[in-house]
This record gives sequence, C-alpha cells and structure tokens, in this order.
Amino acid sequence: MPSDRKPIMQVENLEAWYGESKALHGMTFDVHEGELVTLIGRNGAGKTSTLRSIMGIVGTRTGSIRFRDQELIRKRTYQIARAGIAYCPEERAIFAGLTVAENMTLPPILSPGGLTDAQLLEAFPNLKARRKSGGSKLSGGEQQMLAIARILRTGSRFILLDEPSEGLAPVIVKEIGAQIQKLKEQGYTIVLVEQNLQFARLVADRHVVVENGEVVDTLSNEDLSSNLDRVKTYLGV
Amino acid sequence: MFDGVSTQLLFGQVLIGLINGSFYAMLSMGLAIIFGLMSVVNFAHGAQYMLGAFVAWALLNYLGIPYWGALFIAPVVVGAFGLFMERTILRPIQNLDHLYSLLATFAAVLIIEGLVRQQYGSTGLPYNSPLPGGVNLGFMFMPWYRLWVVLFSIVICFGTYILIEHTKLGAYLRAANEKPEIVESFGINVPRMISLTYAFGVGLAGLGGVLAAPIYQVSPSMGSNLMIVIFAVVVIGGMGSILGAILTGYLIGVVEGLTKVFYPEGANLVIFVIMIFALILRPNGLFSGKEGLK
Ligand SMILES: Nc1ncnc2c1ncn2[C@@H]1O[C@H](COP(=O)(O)OP(=O)(O)OP(=O)(O)O)[C@@H](O)[C@H]1O
Ligand SMILES: [Mg+2]
Repeated sequence: MPSDRKPIMQVENLEAWYGESKALHGMTFDVHEGELVTLIGRNGAGKTSTLRSIMGIVGTRTGSIRFRDQELIRKRTYQIARAGIAYCPEERAIFAGLTVAENMTLPPILSPGGLTDAQLLEAFPNLKARRKSGGSKLSGGEQQMLAIARILRTGSRFILLDEPSEGLAPVIVKEIGAQIQKLKEQGYTIVLVEQNLQFARLVADRHVVVENGEVVDTLSNEDLSSNLDRVKTYLGV
Repeated sequence: MFDGVSTQLLFGQVLIGLINGSFYAMLSMGLAIIFGLMSVVNFAHGAQYMLGAFVAWALLNYLGIPYWGALFIAPVVVGAFGLFMERTILRPIQNLDHLYSLLATFAAVLIIEGLVRQQYGSTGLPYNSPLPGGVNLGFMFMPWYRLWVVLFSIVICFGTYILIEHTKLGAYLRAANEKPEIVESFGINVPRMISLTYAFGVGLAGLGGVLAAPIYQVSPSMGSNLMIVIFAVVVIGGMGSILGAILTGYLIGVVEGLTKVFYPEGANLVIFVIMIFALILRPNGLFSGKEGLK
C-alpha cells in the first residue's frame, strides 16, 4: 500500500444533508492512488451518502473533498465527473427508455484510456447478446455488469462502486469480483461500498468502517482477518 | 360521394383539417418535449408561437427580410427568448412543485400578450403569402402555401422525432428525463442541456408562428386561441409522448375538419369529446407506448 505518498483523495469532515435531515456527520478518510478502499457499515450508516456527496448528488454538503489537488466541495456533479471520478450507484440506474447498447455508450469519453465499445463487450459477454434489448429487460446481474461497464468507457480511473454484490447470485458475485480485481491490476483506484465481508476481503487493501455518518475505524485488509469479531459487531452481523 | 356532401367540401375541409393539424402537431410536440424533460407545463407555448409570427412580421416590415429569411431567423430569436425565460423564470423555481412553473409561464403569457397588444393593438396584422396561387386538382383547389405548410410540418415533426428517438443527442435527453443526476454524473452538463431543450421547444413554437403568419391573422391572441386545443391534443396523445403528440395533432385536425362537413355544430366540441373518452379509456394517452421521452 503506497501510504507514504500523498493521497489521491482526501475527504475531511464531510457533512451532508437530505433537505432537513443530516446523513453525514463529519466523514474523514483518504484514498491512495491504485488502492481499493471499502466503506463498510450497517444499513443506513451513510455509505451511499458518502459516495453521493463525493459526486455532489445530495442536497447540501460541507467539509472538504480534495481530489488530485482540486477542491470538489463546491463543484457541480458534471464537473466532478470531468475531474476524473466515475460513479456506479447502488440502484444501478440503468435507463429503461434506452437500449442496452445506448446505455453502454451513453457516458461520453472524458479522457483517453477508457475501454472501447468492443473491449467492453468482450469484458462483459453477457451484454453482447442483449445489445438491442431495452434497459429494463435485464436481470439484476446483467444490470450490474452494464452499470460497471458503461463507466469504464469514460477513461476515469477513480471509481466509486456502491454494493455491486447486493442481491446477486454467488456465481455472478464471483464474476464481478474478478472484474474488480482486473481493474485493480490495471491501476484503477476504487472506493467500494460493501456489506459482504467475504467479498470485500478478496479485493480490498483497506477498510473504512462507517457508523452514523462518521468513520469509526480503519483497518488494513490483513487486520480485518484478525479483528473479524470486532468488525462483525460494527456491521451488526 | 355522400348524400348531400360534395367532394369539394369534403376534401376542402380535410385540407383545412390537415393545415390546422400541422400546427396542432408542431405545437403539441414542443409542449411534449418540454414536459417530458422538465416536467414543466409550458403555458407560454401559445404566446411564443404568437411571438414567432410577430417577429416574422417585424422582420418583413422593419428590415425588409422576407418570409424565407424569417423562417430561419424568427425561431432563433424566439428560441433565444425562451433561453432567457428559462434562466430568469423557470430555473429559480425548478425544485418547487410543478404548479409553480405552470403559473409562472401563465403569468408570462399575460405579460407577453399585454406588451404586444399595447404595441400593435388587438386587430391583427396582415402577412402576405410567400407562395401565392395554387393548383387545381380537379376535385379541389390546392393553394401552394398550404401544401408547403403541411409538408414542411411533417418534415419538422418526424425529423424531431428521429432526432430524439434515434440519435445520441436524443439518448441523452431520454436518459436525463429518467435520471438527471446519473446523466450528470457521467460528466454531462445537464442544466445546460435542459435550458437548450426548452429553447428548442420554444423555437419550434416560434417556427409554428412563422408558418401561421400568412394563413391566420398575426394578432396577440392567436396563440391563446390555439392553446386550449393544443393542451387537449397533448392529453389525448399522452403527456410527454412525442410521437403521440404528433399523430394526435394531425388526427385531431382531420377529425375536426370532417366534423365540420358532417355535423358543423359539433366541430368545436369534438376535440373535447375525444379527450374525455381518451381519458376514460386510455388515460396514459392514445399512443402511449414504448418510446422513451415521456
Ligand atoms: N434520499 C434521502 N432522503 C432522506 N434521507 C436519506 C436519503 N437517502 C438516505 N437517507 C438517510 O441517510 C442516512 C444514510 O443513508 P445511506 O443510504 O447513506 O446509508 P447506507 O450506509 O448506504 O445504507 P445501506 O447499506 O442500506 O445502503 C440514513 O439514515 C437514511 O435514512
Ligand atoms: Mg447504501
């Protein structure tokens, strides 16, 4: 883990609101280039809200999000995306009114180095056969594949992934795990929200534990194994 | 052909119906696009149509720019005015209930019409046809200009439909209609796209106004009279359905024309009778179906 270098992202005292209700109460964590950091924690802890706040998709947010020497806290969502951050939401957000192919090629190329359409179809062969079907006709696993595939097109190498394993059969989870592993090997930096510890342990470098909108613990992947009981109480499992 | 109905009358009314239908289709399509992307019921659509006609009139009378020039310039001018309206009136209230944008655009109608009426009076100004004459088809006389309006409106309507349903730009619009924050998270400036879409819809209304200038009187209330029918067309076709708005527009025009032939007393009512039945039988719209922007 390259912890001696300056982090690529530094989140400090991040607070966020949905209208009147406060979801984040001062999140502080950082992410290094090439690292895979998970956000783990119970339902409603604020993991999704953290990713949404980084993307600027919440009502109000304060604090600081430094990314490659840019301050993002006042930036608009599209500017944050153009700074090089890609977001794969928990609900997958496949567009029902678009075909699979249209969904896949919707994100514009923001910087060079993204996967080409041909490479994407090769990496996600299930989608190839379903290119012409409507976005709403895909299975949960296919939707997840599509949601990951389309953001790889943009060329952004910093990726926010929200519970890609949620509600999917073990064989699909394995396939998605392999894809994430591949991205890591290619040098992508990933923030992964995950409740499935088994899955998280296979790919992560570091785990950030979130509780009530705050970071309560940080463990390296090695420490996770030796502190499994402690972590399981955090997760309430 | 039919007892007591001459073919002359029949085809004459069908033609008038098609002409009216051309305007119904173009205007309700613009309304559907705006509603589909912004959930704004653009009450000002009729006033913007009227502005198109007045801009064409002003271009001719003040600058000597003829119809064919106005056909390009007026929609751009009216579209730019739409951009201004979006920034000043609609954007500040975009997160409020949809009722507010409806009221705001209604207020805009009163202001726009009032200003135009104050400047030009309410009697209406003449605008000569750029294509005088016509052709005798044997069973009826077809004025060139009316033929042009019908054909041009078909090209505009289906061109716009293809743009939205079958191009990349259209895919952005359909996607932003579903999940704007996700489209924005791909790096697309969605607020600007929404402004430009509103301007495009308003520009279409302005284009309709230019087409209408040589047929109807150029008068401040020309848009308001039309809007009631346009809203009925949009409701019948399905709120926000583009193809539904286009097809219903032409259909209602022709049905209205035919009613004038067979039951003249009912001509003004038939649209609303259809609207009631459509709402009861197909509340999502006659043509509600698979296409995306809705
Ligand atoms: N759209 C919203 N409006 C209001 N409150 C919200 C909204 N989304 C989330 N919240 C609240 O913010 C808090 C954090 O929710 P968040 O979705 O970030 O949790 P999470 O850690 O992702 O949970 P899960 O594991 O269930 O996905 C919760 O208390 C939740 O009720
Ligand atoms: Mg969540």
